[in-house]
Amino acid sequence: MTALVDRPARPATGPPPSGPVARPGRVTDRAAHLFLVGWAVLVTVPLLWAVLSSLKTDREILTSPWTLPAQPQFDNWSRAWTQASIGTYFVNSAIVVGCALVLTMLLGSLVAYALARYTFSGNRLLYYLFVAGILFPVFLALVPLFFVVKQLGLIGTYPGLILVYSAYALPFTVFFLHSFFRTLPTAIAEAAFLDGCSHAGVFFRVMLPLARPGLVSIAIFNFLGLWNQYLLPLVLNPDPDRYVLAQGLAALSVSQGYRSDWSGLFAGLTIAMLPVLAAYVLFQRQIRSGLTAGAVK
Amino acid sequence: MAAMRHGKYRFLAGAILPGLLLYAVFVLSPYAQAFYLSLTDWTGVSGQVTFVGLENYQRLLDDRSFLAALRNNGLMLLVVPLATIALGLLLAALVNFGGRRGSTMLAGIRGAEFYKIAYFFPQLLSLPIIAMLWQFVYHPNEGLLNGFLRAVGLDALARAWLGEPGLALWAVMAVLVWSSVGFYMVLFSAAMESIPRDVLEAAVLDGAGRLATLRRVIVPLLWDNVQVAFVYLGVLALDGFAIVQIMTVGPGGPDGATEVIGLGLYRSAFTYGKFGYAAAMGVALFFLTLAFAAIALRASRRERVELS
Repeated sequence: MTALVDRPARPATGPPPSGPVARPGRVTDRAAHLFLVGWAVLVTVPLLWAVLSSLKTDREILTSPWTLPAQPQFDNWSRAWTQASIGTYFVNSAIVVGCALVLTMLLGSLVAYALARYTFSGNRLLYYLFVAGILFPVFLALVPLFFVVKQLGLIGTYPGLILVYSAYALPFTVFFLHSFFRTLPTAIAEAAFLDGCSHAGVFFRVMLPLARPGLVSIAIFNFLGLWNQYLLPLVLNPDPDRYVLAQGLAALSVSQGYRSDWSGLFAGLTIAMLPVLAAYVLFQRQIRSGLTAGAVK
Repeated sequence: MAAMRHGKYRFLAGAILPGLLLYAVFVLSPYAQAFYLSLTDWTGVSGQVTFVGLENYQRLLDDRSFLAALRNNGLMLLVVPLATIALGLLLAALVNFGGRRGSTMLAGIRGAEFYKIAYFFPQLLSLPIIAMLWQFVYHPNEGLLNGFLRAVGLDALARAWLGEPGLALWAVMAVLVWSSVGFYMVLFSAAMESIPRDVLEAAVLDGAGRLATLRRVIVPLLWDNVQVAFVYLGVLALDGFAIVQIMTVGPGGPDGATEVIGLGLYRSAFTYGKFGYAAAMGVALFFLTLAFAAIALRASRRERVELS
């Protein structure tokens, strides 16, 4: 293995260590633990506080913020789900993200595969055209995008959001899967061709199954990215009946009627956090490796 | 192979064109239009577009709120990546080498896996949700932070965290750091695990303390990851829209203290209908991002020496 450093490690012929290797005392050991526990508290306490508060009465939230709820108020949750429309927002999010994810994976893997495994003139140009989208901030496109979607009559519709979500997820998906398809062996594909498989057949029956680990990584990456979208729906989705979760919650938190309903807002927050938490508990290893692989590639 | 050539171009067209069409309509064409729109005075009424050249850009330079946004984004660009990377590196080093097992002092700490799982979670939450959560935490009367300070007798430190112009931006930046540290800790941790043991042991035998080992051996070996992290976090800091829009008064307040470019752009376009002017802000943000990425990648290039 070759590693890179900015300076070589000191040669072993340097001054020998005096006596036994200097061992840091128990103090630094304890400091390390203290620091780690401290950050763990800092990360978990606000989240736990939100979940606990979602089960309290408004009075309890104000008067005893540190205790467990005397009696869990699941009523807060049902109030948030129905009256505050969190349920509607949740379903909207699920529809838009589900469809956009399928579309992104299908189109992205097709484009990435075609560009990675076939030589034709214009291949490099197309690749750079797709990948360039990673670099540009969405804010640059925001104003014209609004009018493009408006002219197509897609403002405030599911198809409009789905198409735009997919379009903006494509650059990274193509970039990631392009490098993945390049690493797959060619022998199996050639054998399939000899057996009379068509190009599309080779892609769907041979290459896609082989690429599964890469597809899972990028699907997780895309799911989280799409589920957490805020700016695009804010601009393209003005109809309150079609709000997605993050957008709907944010709208609730500024609307006068809900300003004082702390327990209801905490319940909404908790409902929004729980699916992600549940998915994380189940797939945490895959999610962490998928996301970190996504960042480094 | 004849079989492979058969139907190749039909397949390629079918594979590439749908994706390309979607991408061209919703991504490429808006990006291209943005540059032209930024040179017009368009207010959204079709047929009333006048080409005004660089006037929008000139106005940007006199726009006090844009200049405040520029200053705030600039500060965020410095503070957020540096704080996140420093904390991420420190936590990753503590988890990977903070423990003590046998005679070496470079062992993983007990509970390492738990820390990685817990720290990573905020990364999964969307910024609007994090912003709402911290709005509650920072609340002057019933918030968690002031409640904690009062509970431990530090009443004097309780503040209206988002209400004081000198504090609000720092409160916002702290939330951005809070939400991203875990991700970079896991990222750096994975990189640290691949460092060969003998390199670290050699450093320890040379009498290097833990801090020196971290600074002189581990961090240089992770330099590529740090560079990537810096660019990602910089892009995050140049945005800041969701968190500022939801958390701060105004939003962008108090008194423009948390104004960011994205917020100004959104307001100009979708509140005031000044689409040409907003497009100019988008172009300015684009060049800022590009310049930042170029500088970050150049400046952090170090002299490299091959090791084994």
